[in-house]
Amino acid sequence: MGLAGNLFGMAADHSVHAEGLVKRYGRVQALDGLDLHVDQGSLLALLGPNGAGKTTAVRILTTLLEPDAGHATVAGFDVVNDADRIKSLIGLAGQSVAIDEYLTGRENLEMIGQLYHISRRDAKRRAEELLIQFELRDAADRIAKTYSGGMRRRLDLAASLVLLPPVLFLDEPTTGLDPRSRRQVWGMISSLVNDGSTILLTTQYLEEADELANRIAVVDAGRVIAEGTSDELKDRVGGNRIEIAVTKDADLARGADVARRHFSEDVSVDPAQRRISAPSRNGTTQLAGLVRDFDAAGIDIVDLQLHRPSLDDVFLTLTGHQAEQEKAVEPAAGRWGRRPR
Amino acid sequence: MANASAALSAGTRYRPISGRWPFVWAILDALVLARRSVLETVRVPELIMFVAIQPVMFVLLFRYVFGGAIQVPGGQYVNFLMPGIFVQTVAFGGVTTAIGLAQDMQRGLIDRFRSLPMSSSAVLTGRTIADLARNLFTVAIMLAVGFLVGFRPGGTPLEFLLGILVLLGVSFAFSWISAFIGLLVRSVEAAQSGGFIWLFPLTFASSAFVPVSTMPSWLQTFARHNPVSVLADALRGLFHVNPALTTADTRWALIQSLAWIVGILLVFVPISVIRYRHTTAR
Repeated sequence: MGLAGNLFGMAADHSVHAEGLVKRYGRVQALDGLDLHVDQGSLLALLGPNGAGKTTAVRILTTLLEPDAGHATVAGFDVVNDADRIKSLIGLAGQSVAIDEYLTGRENLEMIGQLYHISRRDAKRRAEELLIQFELRDAADRIAKTYSGGMRRRLDLAASLVLLPPVLFLDEPTTGLDPRSRRQVWGMISSLVNDGSTILLTTQYLEEADELANRIAVVDAGRVIAEGTSDELKDRVGGNRIEIAVTKDADLARGADVARRHFSEDVSVDPAQRRISAPSRNGTTQLAGLVRDFDAAGIDIVDLQLHRPSLDDVFLTLTGHQAEQEKAVEPAAGRWGRRPR
Repeated sequence: MANASAALSAGTRYRPISGRWPFVWAILDALVLARRSVLETVRVPELIMFVAIQPVMFVLLFRYVFGGAIQVPGGQYVNFLMPGIFVQTVAFGGVTTAIGLAQDMQRGLIDRFRSLPMSSSAVLTGRTIADLARNLFTVAIMLAVGFLVGFRPGGTPLEFLLGILVLLGVSFAFSWISAFIGLLVRSVEAAQSGGFIWLFPLTFASSAFVPVSTMPSWLQTFARHNPVSVLADALRGLFHVNPALTTADTRWALIQSLAWIVGILLVFVPISVIRYRHTTAR
């Protein structure tokens, strides 16, 4: 731990580590022995539904909340005992956009700079720099109330970067954004990882985790139920699948027979869709052979697919329920509504 | 996105200033946040209403609507009224702190502030100092309007200044009570009602608007020991607007007033700061 003494030096370790975090609110068990590890310079996505405990985990790691049990370190410092040291090493962009609506974009950033205790002049310079980087310069002197959702998010993200902290916590940073703004924020997050930041990002969007994360930890009911790269998680569900749809009903049985020559017993047939599918062990080679045999048998194919299981499939397999695709569902209202945040 | 990527890596990392005492940071951080609250007041039209127009309306309504019906011993009602209405106004002015804090909590700003390496009292001190500035402005307006409708304080300039200082003390103390309420309730709506509700009995069941002797005896007991009465009487003594008050009465009211101000601060500053340290948005 002593090695981390040099705040921003090369030797410092900026990883994030948590073991057995437990937190309960009254009768609600928000975290139930959560473990996670974010390597220095990488992005870990905490992926899970509303109420899975993602925000609680972020609050504990950013020293806002003390865990009931377990322990965690950020950049080598203990989140409970060394909270003050951690605060100058992290940036936090929370779930709600935490900016002052009645200050201008520039004033917001300058205020955060001053509260990080950099000099007034430096705070001004840094604000100007961030406004340019986040394409907010034209709106810099308008009060933030007049900003669009995407602009607010960008300002919020900029505010978390005032001190260029080596460790960043982004709690659902794209919730409520339109697809274009989401892409833009993703681009910014990717470039931060490229620049060497250590990032813990929470999300309920599979696509977001897939796009940004080096590793993904799937969280459900306050604990990590699976962890790995996107590919590793997908492999847990099984490898690729091949799907063939035929034109005529009459060809379906014959097609299935052809397919069985390649896949032995694992072939499943869906008469309604005239679709034959099977898990594929060696991808494209098998696909080529299959197409030749169908052609030789004179069976017309309308659709042919070789696909990786999606994270959706991963979710379904791991948790027994579907992942959230679009909008957040209120706790206790939807499929995911099991516990409050 | 290529340009964003290039730009982000070009950021400058500025070094925080080191070697200042925590106490100095507590003040500097509070001033940064007080400036923010004051800017908000200037930029939100509804708040200007609250700060400038509502108190003036109260002065005029009491002066002309109730003024004729309320008899005060040995003096003019407008002179009796003004000190009372000053105390009421600065007490109500503190509610801005409760609402502001609840708002910061709802928007997640408190989470951000708490994640920064800043002084943990600054968010609260900043708000209460901003209230002080607003209340000073409000009192100035009310003095001007009061003068127009016949308020004539006597006494020395020093006594007058002392009176204003007592008012600012009241403002600061009541803002801290509000700060605690704002941190407890968590929603702006609740802060709005919870911030005001306890102030009505406190300000009306007091000597602020009517002489305590006109109330039923059970209420008199409460009204006499009510800090608002004590504070209003101290101001009346300092402004020499109530001939019934002797110098000894004034001195006693002043001592009690200071005791209330200091007592409120001694209780509410620490419990609010402790509460702040453990609060998060939900």
